[in-house]
Amino acid sequence: MRTLLILLRKEFLQIFRNRFMLPLIFVLPFVQTLILVYAATLELKNADIVIVDQDHSIMSQTLCSKFEASPFFSVEFQNSNYDKLDRLLLTEETKAVLVIPENFENDLRSGIKTSLQLNLNAIDGQSAGLINIYVGQTVMSQLSSLKPFANKSQLMIMPASIDSHPRFWYNPTLNFKHYMLPGILTILVSMIGIFLTALNIVREKEMGTIEQINVTPIKKWQFIAGKLLPFWIIGIFDLALGLGVGMLLFDMPFVGSPLTLLVFAGLYLITAIGLGLLVSDFASTIQQAMFTMFFFFLIFVLMCGMFTAVESMPHWAQVFNKFNPMYYFMLTIRSVLLKGSQIKDMLFELFALLIYSVLSISVAVWQYKKIK
Amino acid sequence: MKRFVAFLSKEFLHIFRDVRTIMILFLIPVFQILIFGYVIKNEVKDAKVAVLDKSNDIMTAGIINKMDAANDIEIVGLLNSYDEIEHYFKSNKVKAVVVFQEDFANDYTREKKAEIQIILDASEPNLANLLSSYISAISKEYAAERNIGASQIKVSVEPRMLFNENLNSAYMFVPGTMALILMVITALMSSISIVREKEIGTMEVLLVSPLRPIQIILGKLVPYAILSIINAISVIVIGNIVFGVPILGNPLVLLLVSFTFILMALSLGLFISTVAKTQHVAMFISMFGLLMPTMLLSGFIFPIENMPIALQYFSKIVPAKYFLLAIKSVMLKGLGLSYIWKELLVLLGMTASFILISVKKFKVRLD
Repeated sequence: MRTLLILLRKEFLQIFRNRFMLPLIFVLPFVQTLILVYAATLELKNADIVIVDQDHSIMSQTLCSKFEASPFFSVEFQNSNYDKLDRLLLTEETKAVLVIPENFENDLRSGIKTSLQLNLNAIDGQSAGLINIYVGQTVMSQLSSLKPFANKSQLMIMPASIDSHPRFWYNPTLNFKHYMLPGILTILVSMIGIFLTALNIVREKEMGTIEQINVTPIKKWQFIAGKLLPFWIIGIFDLALGLGVGMLLFDMPFVGSPLTLLVFAGLYLITAIGLGLLVSDFASTIQQAMFTMFFFFLIFVLMCGMFTAVESMPHWAQVFNKFNPMYYFMLTIRSVLLKGSQIKDMLFELFALLIYSVLSISVAVWQYKKIK
Repeated sequence: MKRFVAFLSKEFLHIFRDVRTIMILFLIPVFQILIFGYVIKNEVKDAKVAVLDKSNDIMTAGIINKMDAANDIEIVGLLNSYDEIEHYFKSNKVKAVVVFQEDFANDYTREKKAEIQIILDASEPNLANLLSSYISAISKEYAAERNIGASQIKVSVEPRMLFNENLNSAYMFVPGTMALILMVITALMSSISIVREKEIGTMEVLLVSPLRPIQIILGKLVPYAILSIINAISVIVIGNIVFGVPILGNPLVLLLVSFTFILMALSLGLFISTVAKTQHVAMFISMFGLLMPTMLLSGFIFPIENMPIALQYFSKIVPAKYFLLAIKSVMLKGLGLSYIWKELLVLLGMTASFILISVKKFKVRLD
């Protein structure tokens, strides 16, 4: 026990003496929550759109002002020929060009089918799709209340309608930041667990100081525990810091109990640190460790459901995620923060993380060899 | 010259001796493209939905059937009361619950108006939004099928998707992956390799050798430049063959754009290595100064227009932004040099300033 305490002291000294590690530990949560959460947004806001009104009728004017009032668009009006419009799209000056055709109002009033042409720069297919949906919604909300004048016989049959009323639970304003922040915190915790741990050990290898530990009577588990504990504490500390920043700045809700979060975060951090230890066992230079980690990190992050729903992924990817510890933490932290899920709601995830944490630490202890 | 060649072959040996890192370097772009192509999809597929049907009539049964038949939705349960909903959401069993109130069919026929309530787990807001519009579209469709003959307004919005008719997401992630991998290999790898020599102390040996400093630097950078060109070409080829991303413009211009970017990345790597004293520092500068901005602030995944103004300004100093603008114009729109000279000029300007600062800071003596 005394050995372990001394070892822990040495680790903390090493971390706090490092002029570079210490600021990192404190700055990382701020950088991540501030920049990442603001940058990583798929919300549509103020999309540039050019409207060409060829009709100049009252109805087309009202439609135009409807677009101007919408928070989704920033509108510019032009009266140009088609060549110039295509050029606008070609040179990225605007994302979309909406053309209101001549006789728009007349056709509408007389029940003739009429269409607005929407030209989109679709290289970013997702944004183009969203703009298309919002333009459609804006047009429909303006015009659906209209009834055509002609065809008096048809006017008698009033269509019955089914209205659907969506109710968005747990995030009523559909705030994208509340969706992203748990993901960003997952990345934060993983980076500390995997990257910092691995880099710490590999550096000892490169500097040769690990040899000095290897010749002492320190046991394998003591060495591993000495590395595990400091980074575990830093990880939890940074998670709390990042969460605090999020709650202060973006009103991030924390519906569940902190204890539940601590259980899942604790288990996940052990798993992550175990993975970091494992990487450092196999790598002999920082460059090697770095790229091995970057490779797996990228796959884990992209697959874990941070950006897109796991249910929409192909079947094999869902099977893969059963073996992806990050997937479980991603799911549980989001559920605890936004929905207030309790441990009893997520027993399967708890057992999975428990198994992975035990597994990764045992493998790390077993794999670490004092003798080359 | 002979000395330089010998030094160059030493560097290549250094790199290729480490088979694992080389393999990973080539696997990263391949895996990334495959994951983006096959896994990251912003569409709803088999979203799990439960139903709370208080009416139990022909119409609700019809709508439920129609939902179940749709590709996007999978009905996984029938609830009996409101109280069950919370548990289903908290344990992540369903994404939405569709609620039919009592007398649904009666309301529809008598009052010409029936209501559906869709309760959504909005902890994933985009999915919730999509799902809500899907379900509402299905119910509208159902109503329309029963309403044939009634008069309705006839207006539609006809979208014309330019440059990417099928909204193929590969048009975004193939150029983005190129930018990322070029940054990783050239800037990150080369800066770490230079700093490593400093840290281990072998830089001293190189500096006292008859090699001139410029030769040492070039010898360090050339191997990574070659590697990254091979990598960039393989990304384009995979993108083209597997995901059908076209190369509309002149391949030579494409090469020129890539080469300008590589040059910029190399000078950036050089700059980092003059600033950083240890590999740790070099790595973290690269991670936060290069990789994160390249992934997040360049328009690779998240559109720059949606960001707050401060970040939009910040994105102006992210080199990958200019590379992506230029390469998309050439590859996907088939534009020529006359459209992209501004972007190239910005990249060249960045290159020049990085080299200038590095040369000023480079010291033959270690301190």
